[in-house]
Amino acid sequence: METTEGPDETESKAKTEAEVEVEATTEAEVETKTKTEAKVKTVSVPAMSLVLLVGVSGSGKSTLARKLFAPTQVISSDFCRGLVSDDENDQSATPDAFDVLRYIVSTRLRRGLLTVVDATNVQYEARKELVSLAKSHDVLVDAIVLDVPEQVAIERNELRPDRDFGKQVIFRQAKDLRRSMRRIDREGFRRVHVLRGADEVEAAELVLERAWNDRRELTGPFDIVGDVHGCRAELEELLCSLGWELERDSRGRAVGARHPLGRTALFVGDLVDRGPDTPGVLRLVMGMVAAGTALCVAGNHEQKLVRALKGRKVRVAHGLAESLEQLAAEEPEFGAAAEAFMDGLVSHYRLDGGKLVIAHAGLKEAYHGRASGRVRAFALYGDTTGETDEYGLPVRYPWADEYRGRAMVVYGHTPTPEPEWVNNTICLDTGCVFGGKLTALRYPERELVSVPAAQVWYEPAKPLAAAKPRRRDPAVLDIGDVAGTRWLETRHGGRVKIMEENAAAALEVMSRFAVDPRWLVYLPPTMAPPQTSNREGYLEHPDEAFGEFLAAGVTEVVCEEKHMGSRAVAVLARTPEVAAARFGVDDGSAGVVYTRTGRPFFADNGELVDRLRIDLAPLFEELGSDWMVLDCELLPWSAKAEGLIRSQYASVGAAARAALPEVLNVLEAAAGRGLPVQEFAGAARRRLDNAVRFRDAYARYCWPVEGLSGVRLAPFQILACEGRAPAITEPHSWHLDLLSRVRSELIAPTRHLVVSPASEESRAAAVEWWTELTESGGEGMVVKPMSYTPGRVQPGVKVRGREYLRIIYGPDYTESLDTLRVRFLGRKRSLALREYALGLEALSRLAEGEPLWRVHEPVFGVLALESEPVDPRL
Amino acid sequence: MLLTISTTHTPATDLGFLLHKHPDRVQEFAQSYGTARLFYPEASPDRCTVALMLDVDPVRLVRSRGKSSPDFALSQFVNDRPYAASSLLAVAMADVFRTARAGRCTARPELAANGIPLEIVLPALPCRGGPELAHRFFEPLGWDTEATAVPLDEGFPEWGESRYVRLRLRGEMRLADAINHLYVLLPVLDDAKHYWVAPDEVDKLIKAGGSWLAAHPERALITRRYLDRRWTLTRAALSRLAELGDDVEEELEAVPEAEVEELAAAAENTEPQNSEEEPVRVPLAKLRRNAVLATLENLGARTVIDLGCGSGRLLGELLAKPVFTKVAGSDVSAHALTLAARRLRLDRMPDAKRARLEIFQSSLTYTDPRFAGYDAAVLVEVIEHVDPPRLAAVERVVFGTAKPRHVIVTTPNVEHNVRYENLTGLRHPDHRFEWTRAEFAAWCAGVCERYGYRVAFEPVGEDDPEVGPPTQMGVFTVDGDD
Repeated sequence: METTEGPDETESKAKTEAEVEVEATTEAEVETKTKTEAKVKTVSVPAMSLVLLVGVSGSGKSTLARKLFAPTQVISSDFCRGLVSDDENDQSATPDAFDVLRYIVSTRLRRGLLTVVDATNVQYEARKELVSLAKSHDVLVDAIVLDVPEQVAIERNELRPDRDFGKQVIFRQAKDLRRSMRRIDREGFRRVHVLRGADEVEAAELVLERAWNDRRELTGPFDIVGDVHGCRAELEELLCSLGWELERDSRGRAVGARHPLGRTALFVGDLVDRGPDTPGVLRLVMGMVAAGTALCVAGNHEQKLVRALKGRKVRVAHGLAESLEQLAAEEPEFGAAAEAFMDGLVSHYRLDGGKLVIAHAGLKEAYHGRASGRVRAFALYGDTTGETDEYGLPVRYPWADEYRGRAMVVYGHTPTPEPEWVNNTICLDTGCVFGGKLTALRYPERELVSVPAAQVWYEPAKPLAAAKPRRRDPAVLDIGDVAGTRWLETRHGGRVKIMEENAAAALEVMSRFAVDPRWLVYLPPTMAPPQTSNREGYLEHPDEAFGEFLAAGVTEVVCEEKHMGSRAVAVLARTPEVAAARFGVDDGSAGVVYTRTGRPFFADNGELVDRLRIDLAPLFEELGSDWMVLDCELLPWSAKAEGLIRSQYASVGAAARAALPEVLNVLEAAAGRGLPVQEFAGAARRRLDNAVRFRDAYARYCWPVEGLSGVRLAPFQILACEGRAPAITEPHSWHLDLLSRVRSELIAPTRHLVVSPASEESRAAAVEWWTELTESGGEGMVVKPMSYTPGRVQPGVKVRGREYLRIIYGPDYTESLDTLRVRFLGRKRSLALREYALGLEALSRLAEGEPLWRVHEPVFGVLALESEPVDPRL
Repeated sequence: MLLTISTTHTPATDLGFLLHKHPDRVQEFAQSYGTARLFYPEASPDRCTVALMLDVDPVRLVRSRGKSSPDFALSQFVNDRPYAASSLLAVAMADVFRTARAGRCTARPELAANGIPLEIVLPALPCRGGPELAHRFFEPLGWDTEATAVPLDEGFPEWGESRYVRLRLRGEMRLADAINHLYVLLPVLDDAKHYWVAPDEVDKLIKAGGSWLAAHPERALITRRYLDRRWTLTRAALSRLAELGDDVEEELEAVPEAEVEELAAAAENTEPQNSEEEPVRVPLAKLRRNAVLATLENLGARTVIDLGCGSGRLLGELLAKPVFTKVAGSDVSAHALTLAARRLRLDRMPDAKRARLEIFQSSLTYTDPRFAGYDAAVLVEVIEHVDPPRLAAVERVVFGTAKPRHVIVTTPNVEHNVRYENLTGLRHPDHRFEWTRAEFAAWCAGVCERYGYRVAFEPVGEDDPEVGPPTQMGVFTVDGDD
């Protein structure tokens, strides 16, 4: 087997520029080499690439493809012809079939999948189109040529009844192939693998080459270092402050470093130029890379320095002169090693299972793990617009503003005074050589560590301060963040699907009624009741709740009194300045209180927020955070829901109490005439009694509110604060204890009881508590596992009282309990779990300081799920 | 729910013949949502009363409907239907009194053909519009009407009156007419029907109201309410969200105000004597569209996107002019887009015209690549529906990201509000603000400064020398690269 190589576009620059001998393939050879010894031939293709099989009909392409690749990786033209015509050999369907083929190939390549095209591909035009398709997705493309004698192909085709085309077709294809072989290596393939003869085809074996940039198996932890630019002393200091131990040679020069905790260093390029000791930096980093304690990507300065060292014509500017001078003073062996090292640097790495990408100038998501000239250019130089600014420096397109990828992208290249997170990307170049500082990012801790420059080593073309980072506008969300059918990945509940029509309904509510999305950092999940009780007179009872958690292996639950008010989420910042810095809200407000659908509680939230900030001030101290998000119930119910209570509940009560006495009158009159209506009169009397109870049930939760007087807030969980989400990490007892210490007229306590579901005694006490609570007018209680419990365990179930349920099931529900017991809980329970997962995801993202759109995504998801049809009585 | 009909005709027990129901029996009639029972609480020669009592089973009322029905909402479970006189009662009545309603009575034909003294009582009649509307509906028909409002809750007197009235009608009336009056007017007063409004409703209305409705002074309102109410899936979803937020669904559903203006105009046009002296007033919404169209033509825009297109009136007018080669409309309300599709007859639009039109749901607070690439964007009466803190996001989306060469923005001029006699507060319940000319100018200037546009102002409607025009329009232009 011969392997010919075209201009390589793998990551290695050495390879890119390597001149590879192309073995001539002559027609004579094609014809004469019909019999060779069957040897095991290895075909080596990149793990993410497009592979074209090239060969006449009957050369064995499909058989080879079946042997070497997975069925889903192979797209054959015959198959596509069948898809569009129900006849794999209908040549008139070929143009449409290729449309389908291109679409499938394109989609697979976009998704980064190895793809094999099984078509004859003997004509230049056919190959050219597929090669350019691969390039447009920045993946490498290989060809495997199956060069079998025409006679073999003809014989094979004759054995197949569905292939009724004549020999001349094979001859024509073979002629095309022979013509192709003359210059196929110059068509843009990374490699052209030629299998000669049927035996070699049969014996071929596949090897997948991992991409140079694919180091996903390395999971860290990492210390990622920004642009060093020859500042050796600062680099040594930074590494030491990160806990690295330097290794020095006999002359005291740092030649390597090792971290006692086994951390790996990552350098984002631009080690060289401008600074005082480029060779010293290279020596240290080369030592670390050789020892496997560091990885380094290429920067534009390495690229240019290599060209200069190779004697290419380059403009000596931007600190190149210093490097050349310093390197000239070193031993020639070091110079050669440094050149080879820099020449071999790849342009970006994917690490930690794809969750981290480093590249010198950053990299947009579509380019992660890809290989092409433009990917390398982007990684080295960034997304330049071609314009220059007033200092003569290239204007860069703000790709990070639009970045929506899952992977964290860490880069350098553009000096800024302070590193700033933009959509899960961060630039670590803090201009050390210009007198700024040298910065490292600890991953996964997301912690920044820096050391100041010893001095200004090099005067910047534009002052460092002028290089103010462009403030991203935190208010901007994109329709693509929320619209359409979407699958959201959550760390605590897997993947959650959002249906398009639910997203559409949520878009309207979110846009028209919700509070500013910068404040809307969480929406509470819905809560399911327990399995329906069969107890006489009851629809819901605590026994079922305890039974459920016992079965799920929960050893301790907390029963919290359910306040009958409106669910409220309070986001509070210590000061308006904190609100501006942390939430990007710059209108002077310092918090918000909103409903479970994200609407503001009162037309003017200011007074409530201010009172809460004062009364809850000790919590800021306690939590060590300047802001917090609380899950609460706002009382009375009528404060927010008066419109609903009046139009729905009070109306029903009014109609009932207007109609039923007259019904009773006419029935009694009829009974007085001797008509047999006693039964109906009895029923009417009962219904009148139910109507009165119904009225009492809602009236209990209504009282007049004047401004804030009369309003009470019952917080029961601290959802998130700086750097953490206690909703996930802390048990309910921690929350309730902390909150119970708040002394304030505005704050209502939440009575609760800790129960172990396995203990008969403990359960009985809880049932008694619940009965007392509900008989004296309480709504009921919520039973929750004490601590966050993974798996499909409900985060809480509500057990509602008998009288309260009249508000939900209607005044007369107690008359038809048997019918009502048939209720379908599955949907509600599944919804509760999905919304809970999204809620926790929002809190995690918020606590970790992820960008607005990342927090907004799951919050929006909760609102969308809430519009799913579920029995609203559950 | 209960309906009683009494007569003092002598002998009063003839009521039994007229109704074809014997006064000494208790009869039951199965209905789709419960059971109707008929009996006579009194039956003497001087006075006879029939009671029709409908026991509604609310569980059955709900179970009988699909999950996508709007009624799959809590309001359908805690429901006034078991107590109030609604369309359910009207239907039950029409069924039980079928023969009487047709005016047929073989035993007492002259009684069926003539008026007799009648008294009808409905203890809890939902009456949207209050007792006054009941008077307006029944009095022109010859009823002595007594409508007493039922209080909402004695414990909360500040809540005022409920939507129910106790209705008593008295008069000399043909029994058949009385039944037909109730059949049409009960659901109209309730302004809600328990069944889908299908095309055959028109036939039913004509059959029941044919003889008296045509001359009724309120026939426009009666007809509109009777045939009103249609639901879509999105509205169902919206109503569920409303309930979750402890809101009332109507509050969420904002009818585009142009729609309201035009509905009102349509109602006026049905008035028989449209006074000839009054000059024909062009509605303000129409003036606005004219102004926008004229401006777009002057600017030479060929491709236009209507941001916040509502039910698509402007889109229709843009499409009618071939000079606009590409027309797009977007709105945050999926319901509005459904109305637009219906108004524009999307399903029947010729391909060539359809190819010029793009219509999609979107929100002005989210950047959207579909907004880009038009010569001009128009925001007609849109910004005043945006909360002031969100305006910056809208600016960024429209002027910063979509960045069309021209942007036309119209918004009410609040100074002009003093010219509206009956207006209290803002012009539409969903308006988050209304600006003076100075406030609008200041906002426009800020936008120009931030995004490099320049702006010119045009009045829309009569430019009052003192308070300015009813609508103000800003025409923004940015100078592009080409």
